[in-house]
Amino acid sequence: MFGWEFPPIISGGLGTASYGITRGLHNSGVELAFVMPTKRGQKIDVPFKIIAADEVHLIKRYESVISEMKNIDVSVFEKKFTIAPYFTKEEYTEYLHQFRIENKQKRLELEQEGLLHFTGNYGKELMSEVHRYGIIGEILGYGEDCDIIHAHDWLTFIAGVAAKHASGKPLVIHVHATEIDRSGEHVNKEVFEIEKYGMEHADKIIAVSHFTKNIIVSKYGIDADKIEVVHNAVEKKHRLERLGIEKNVKEKIVLFLGRVTMQKGPDYFVEAAYKVLQKYKNVRFVMAGSGDLLTRMILRVASLRMLDKFHFTGFLKGIEVEKMYATSDVYVMPSVSEPFGISPFEALLYDVPAIISKQSGVAEVLDNAIKVDFWDIDRLAEMMLMLLEDDELAKEVAEKSKGDMEFIHWDFAGEKIKIVYKTILNN
Amino acid sequence: MVSIVFYFQVHQPFRLKKDYSFFDIGKNHFYEDEEANRSILNKVAEKCYIPTNKLLLDLIKRYPGQFKVSFSISGVALEQFEMYNPYVLELFQELAATGQVEFINETYFHSLSFLFSKKEFKEQVQMHKEKIQKLFGQTPSTFRNTELIYHNDLALELEKMGYKTVITEGANQILGWRSPNFLYQPTGTHKLNLLLKNFKLSDDIAFRFSNQAWEDYPLTAEKFASWVHSTSGNGELINLFMDYETFGEHQWADTGIFEFMKAMPEAIYKKPDFQFITPAEVSNFYTPLSQIDVPYYISWADLERDLTAWLGNPLQDSAIEKIYEIEQAVKASKDNNLIHTWRKLLTSDHFYYMCTKWFSDGDVHKYFNPYESPYDAYVIYANVLNDLIEILKQKNLLK
Repeated sequence: MFGWEFPPIISGGLGTASYGITRGLHNSGVELAFVMPTKRGQKIDVPFKIIAADEVHLIKRYESVISEMKNIDVSVFEKKFTIAPYFTKEEYTEYLHQFRIENKQKRLELEQEGLLHFTGNYGKELMSEVHRYGIIGEILGYGEDCDIIHAHDWLTFIAGVAAKHASGKPLVIHVHATEIDRSGEHVNKEVFEIEKYGMEHADKIIAVSHFTKNIIVSKYGIDADKIEVVHNAVEKKHRLERLGIEKNVKEKIVLFLGRVTMQKGPDYFVEAAYKVLQKYKNVRFVMAGSGDLLTRMILRVASLRMLDKFHFTGFLKGIEVEKMYATSDVYVMPSVSEPFGISPFEALLYDVPAIISKQSGVAEVLDNAIKVDFWDIDRLAEMMLMLLEDDELAKEVAEKSKGDMEFIHWDFAGEKIKIVYKTILNN
Repeated sequence: MVSIVFYFQVHQPFRLKKDYSFFDIGKNHFYEDEEANRSILNKVAEKCYIPTNKLLLDLIKRYPGQFKVSFSISGVALEQFEMYNPYVLELFQELAATGQVEFINETYFHSLSFLFSKKEFKEQVQMHKEKIQKLFGQTPSTFRNTELIYHNDLALELEKMGYKTVITEGANQILGWRSPNFLYQPTGTHKLNLLLKNFKLSDDIAFRFSNQAWEDYPLTAEKFASWVHSTSGNGELINLFMDYETFGEHQWADTGIFEFMKAMPEAIYKKPDFQFITPAEVSNFYTPLSQIDVPYYISWADLERDLTAWLGNPLQDSAIEKIYEIEQAVKASKDNNLIHTWRKLLTSDHFYYMCTKWFSDGDVHKYFNPYESPYDAYVIYANVLNDLIEILKQKNLLK
């Protein structure tokens, strides 16, 4: 697995996500090795192998590749790989020099004893580091034994594709953000091309949201069937811009999202909404979902004359679900009985504090979420009011619950990624 | 002398987008399903308005000064003709030019405004009157309220407004033992004439014409004329009121409805003492037999002949209360487009689509409903209404 950041060496969300994903995969029983540009001399304590690119000794690696390959028919590789023709030490060194000449701008410093230099930063050397990382990808592709190659964001795509070509193993690229998200109209063409190159060479693409998936399809021209969505958590302050949306109403939004059936307790949500509206006006309620109680809920809302305060979206899917969570301020799951109930997790991915019924399995895990008895409409209304009126409290509840769920979330993500791996390997 | 009064209702609403969702509120101010409205209007024009207008023009030419009909065309239908099919409008203007066709006044937006805002009611009636004057060169003296909705109070108001004749349903609950085949006067009025629909004979054409299970199927012009003729001696006026779309749209061309209509005047004229007149002419021939007291609302809809097709369930009531609640704010904007948009949302069809009476008249409702269900109709309407409210809030006209 190729990444760019890993705790404690992190500067953005990518490091956190890499940590979560590796942890989730490890817990799902997937064996992995994580490659990063540099550990900066720090010790990283994880139950799997970490490979720092600036510690990969190219010459030694190369020699061991040769010795392992002694008995292999070299001609097989010649057709497929760029390094293949340089099978002597001298020729390989020559290749690297050649590479440097060809990429004058991307300075390639072959340091003493065959090590490449990496800062792991995002400075002006970034592009040449990304290309150097590609060389590491290729050499690791030969030397490391693996079934799948997984690369996070464009920084690692060249390395990922090189490793794929060197090893002949399938490549999964993981898109946390695209150049389109980062730069809008002023796209860096070089970055865009690297992203597209990675996407085109990948056997499967994992996008962190349906929004991202849509961009990959529409802006990069990639077949939608090649893309799976595994959600990453989004921070509240970034979530709207991350998803490219604007909130369409000024008021706060309290959300019910799920099947509108007896088991989910939609009627308690409606009644509590009515109570809240008697005391607090700067709010709208949304019931997203469909089910056999939907018509009854619509009638009830009309009877309570909440037409301008209570809305129905019907069944939402994909990007609409993301949009709905991202624009919400309080999430309510008043389930009458719920073996587990994953939706509060989804809400928390968007930093939305949740009020959940004590009768749901998830209540056992989310220590810091607000819990009520599903039938206690007064208390439910009171809790909604509390979160609506106190932004600091709402933030605190969301953050703490997010802490409760973080590991569980990544375990879910790990399971999902494992399924993606399995489908690739089964094909 | 027995007179036959034909009055045809022409109306097409501006239907709303079926996918206008919660996410559109505050962002998307285009509410109408233009594509559907255009294609429905053109389809009905092709099947009904154009061929029936031509047929009536032929009949009028065949019986100069004799064969007469009347129309009430809602303002929203007229607007759609202007936008999507001006040829239909030209044919109506040709009909107007014959002098044998009367155009009846109604609320421009085919609304229930009389029940919710007298101010809005009068404004819409005035708008429609001006539209008729402009398009057809007539000043209407006959009034029909949306869906023949009627009440003593409406008659009193209309008399004050200077109308000579008003039209409504000859509902059993108001007539009792009396016959609709006479001229009446609304209780409390002094000059106003009240025409009551003969729903038996009207519905024989409008609803039963192609019903093969009906004992009188098939209905020929001769058979129909014989029923009309049999009223001789116990009636003066046969008021045949129906949707114009009966011809070619509700009853398709292959049912023989056009041949039926073509042959009808000749069949009626076989007996002397039968004539066709328009509502404005009734006072030339008749004086009201008695006053009719209607202290509650009636209409021509469904079996109940009441308001339950548009009002009474929470979806309808909640929606209509809210749309009228913002009248003042909308008008205070002085923004003609906004006012027009709001008024189009007053059209009765929006509330008809929210009707949940699926049993007695459910089939008819379903036929006319562009939405999956009355609940969908409510949700879409509510979303649109919320956007309108957002606009008013942005203009500081609503809190």
